[in-house]
Amino acid sequence: MHTKAYALYLKDFRSEIRTRYAVNSLAMFVIVATSVILFSIGNETITQSLTAGLFWVVIFFSAMSGLSRAFVSEEERGTSLTLQLIAAPSTIFSGKLLFNIVLVFCMNIVITLLYSALFDGFAIKNLALFIAAFFFGNAGLAIASTIIAAIISKAGAKGTLYPVLSFPILLPLILTSVQLTLMSFEGASFIDAKFELAIIICYDVIMLTASYLLFDFVWKD
Amino acid sequence: MAWKIFLFLLLAFVSIAGIAFPIVPVPTKWYEFPFIPGLKENAKIIFFHVPTAWLSVVAFFMSTIYSFKYLRKKNLDDDAKSYAAAQLGIIFCILATITGAVWAKFAWGSFWSWDPRQTSIFALLLIYGAWFALRSSIESDEKRATLSSVYAIIAFLTVPFFVFIMPRIMKGLHPGSADDTNSGPVIDFKMNANMELIFFLSLIGFTILYFWMWNIGYKSIIYRDKINKKYRG
Repeated sequence: MHTKAYALYLKDFRSEIRTRYAVNSLAMFVIVATSVILFSIGNETITQSLTAGLFWVVIFFSAMSGLSRAFVSEEERGTSLTLQLIAAPSTIFSGKLLFNIVLVFCMNIVITLLYSALFDGFAIKNLALFIAAFFFGNAGLAIASTIIAAIISKAGAKGTLYPVLSFPILLPLILTSVQLTLMSFEGASFIDAKFELAIIICYDVIMLTASYLLFDFVWKD
Repeated sequence: MAWKIFLFLLLAFVSIAGIAFPIVPVPTKWYEFPFIPGLKENAKIIFFHVPTAWLSVVAFFMSTIYSFKYLRKKNLDDDAKSYAAAQLGIIFCILATITGAVWAKFAWGSFWSWDPRQTSIFALLLIYGAWFALRSSIESDEKRATLSSVYAIIAFLTVPFFVFIMPRIMKGLHPGSADDTNSGPVIDFKMNANMELIFFLSLIGFTILYFWMWNIGYKSIIYRDKINKKYRG
């Protein structure tokens, strides 16, 4: 099962390297969104809480612009039936999830570097806490957006519905991640942030379990 | 039929009692409510606002239960039950938002202040708004039922975060927040016996009303689908 999921990930990875569709659109989206924010700020200095919020706004909308590809592309190319014959649903979900996790981490490392270069308020005092928040936040983002992408690919309307369906599901994650990012700016310790970390880890575990349980129903026609 | 008259009398009594019974510093007579610091006269909203919020959670919970049932048995009647429950849930959710906002205007000074409770009820509205958008985008009955069941289950998993976790650990204005010293946690009210009695009567009355409405709602959806199928082919 692991090798099959990994093979599926490699297939997606190779086709992504050939077309560079998701990577290009994501990179352009990140640049456009960040520059819009920079233009609207102008010469104002913004507070750290606003910077933490804007950081996750860009992450959320970039994820929404690129992550639905994993399943929508299979439906568009008409290859989802072949996939159903080759592998079990959970294997397919693992492969797609792996691809989305890699994509989210690459994208968010770029966004973090951009923000630390361009925003004065983006000064991390507790790096370990920031990395923990970054890791669990991104994992949750990838898990929730992969299962929603699967739902979207089977439903009729694809483009507009994706952020609408994902936002309420991701809201607890985003609110907690904003809090944690802000805490890492303020130099809070892990003990101060234990509630928020517990919420975010619970969210990841719950979403992962529910996605694996429910993906069978979405995938089988 | 008798239970409908009973329900009418119960809700009539609760409405009159909830609005008309006076709040006094030291209650002596059976119809007097105690004075709760921090809530004052505004405390009376509890008889109408809390049942609506409670029912919206109950309705969304039932919608999720019937989504589970649909995924197990693939019976479209269960989908109709889930849909009817979610419809009522969103109605009660809107009512809870509006009554809460009106209360907030007098208790906190503004209709909306992004208190954790307000954030979470706003998220509930968004979840089920998205759910209805998903349902209306799918043509085929079976596919709509399956996909919306899956989404309802995933969405309901986030409800505990909003309704039970966040408002209790975050600082806020709503009674029952983490830093609330006046009126204490939500369950542990400083109500006296008759106020509690009317509060629970109100909860029971509204819950019966909800089940009645839900019964009519899902039956009408099932009949409508049957009639549509009959005339289509």
